[in-house]
Amino acid sequence: MADNNGGLAIKPMDQFEVKALFGGDVSWYTPTNVTLWMALTVLAASALMIYGARGRALVPSRAQSAAEMTYGFIYKMVEDVAGKDAVRFFPHIFTLFMFVFFANILGLVPFAFTTTSHIAVTAVLALTVFFSVTALGFILHGTKFLGLFWISSAPLALRPVLALIELISYCVRPVSHSIRLAGAMMAGHAVAKVFAGFTAAMGAAFFLPILAVTALYALELLVAVIQAYVFTILTCVYLKDALHPSH
Amino acid sequence: MAETAATGPGMPQLDISTFPNQIFWLVVTMVVLYFVMSRVALPRVAAVLADRRGVITSDIATAEEFKHKAQVAEEAYHKALAEARAEAGRIIEAAKAEMQEELDAQMAKADAEIAARTAESERRIQEIRDSAMDMVSDVSKDATKDILELFGAKADARSVNAAVAARLKGGA
Repeated sequence: MADNNGGLAIKPMDQFEVKALFGGDVSWYTPTNVTLWMALTVLAASALMIYGARGRALVPSRAQSAAEMTYGFIYKMVEDVAGKDAVRFFPHIFTLFMFVFFANILGLVPFAFTTTSHIAVTAVLALTVFFSVTALGFILHGTKFLGLFWISSAPLALRPVLALIELISYCVRPVSHSIRLAGAMMAGHAVAKVFAGFTAAMGAAFFLPILAVTALYALELLVAVIQAYVFTILTCVYLKDALHPSH
Repeated sequence: MAETAATGPGMPQLDISTFPNQIFWLVVTMVVLYFVMSRVALPRVAAVLADRRGVITSDIATAEEFKHKAQVAEEAYHKALAEARAEAGRIIEAAKAEMQEELDAQMAKADAEIAARTAESERRIQEIRDSAMDMVSDVSKDATKDILELFGAKADARSVNAAVAARLKGGA
């Protein structure tokens, strides 16, 4: 798009630029491509869960079936991973999954902007999960929540060391949680762009990059779904720690 | 483009100037999405799933009830069948007994008749034998008389008869 240098000027990172929709500077309230693609994410999620399931039929249509399966899939995940008492947080986790899932999928549309490829977005999500889960742990269990770090099954001498390690690993959670998603999204899209850039440069062998992009696209589709799944299941795991801190 | 390239670092992800914008729109999006999902979408889907579960449960209960009814009906059928069999057995038994009685009576009657006929036949055989005996005695007497006459001996009928009778009795 911004390929005005001519020749082999592949700019794989251009696709991640945040741009104002109607020109001008990007201030905090400006409608940008972030706004557009997040709105589309909401629309896509609503299309599946509301428009798709509008029939409310006893014998579901395909779309309704897809909506019900998504519901059942996340519900079962919350129940299995975080426990039965975590079901009251099901709407929150479902919202999180729908956002990440559709943001990832919509990001694969050509010329799309992938909101989840930005560390700012995934970090806010991960930090929100981290702080809410930690606060929940303290609200539900008070100081007993700290038992999560005090491994009572370990020898007494080792416990302070283990507590330190546990504490560090706990605090690193939002970092790994957010960078995993943003990194996976960004890397795949950048590689796809690079391969696409080769198409014009390789002359007669132009079909090789096209084949590579096709294969990569299939892989990216898988990664998009898996990353949404991973993000959600990790949230459930963290939630489980807050609900049941004693291992 | 040129502006971003100038101000931002290599990765647009690390361009901190766009963070407030992204975070603001993310918060708006998440709040909107949460309300749409938790107030509209999820209750609807949950209601549909609950309805379906209810229908399936009640259908299974109905099927269970029908199965129970079918079992009861089958038991009644088997009972009726067993009763009918027992009744039929009784009737056959009665008919057999009646037939046996009749047969016995007929057999007794036939036996009596056969016995009567046998007695009659024996009587007649006896008669025939007796008459044959008489005839033998007569023929013997006449033959004896004739033979005596041929030898020229005179014999009175009475002594000849007595001799022949004695001889026949002894030889018999």
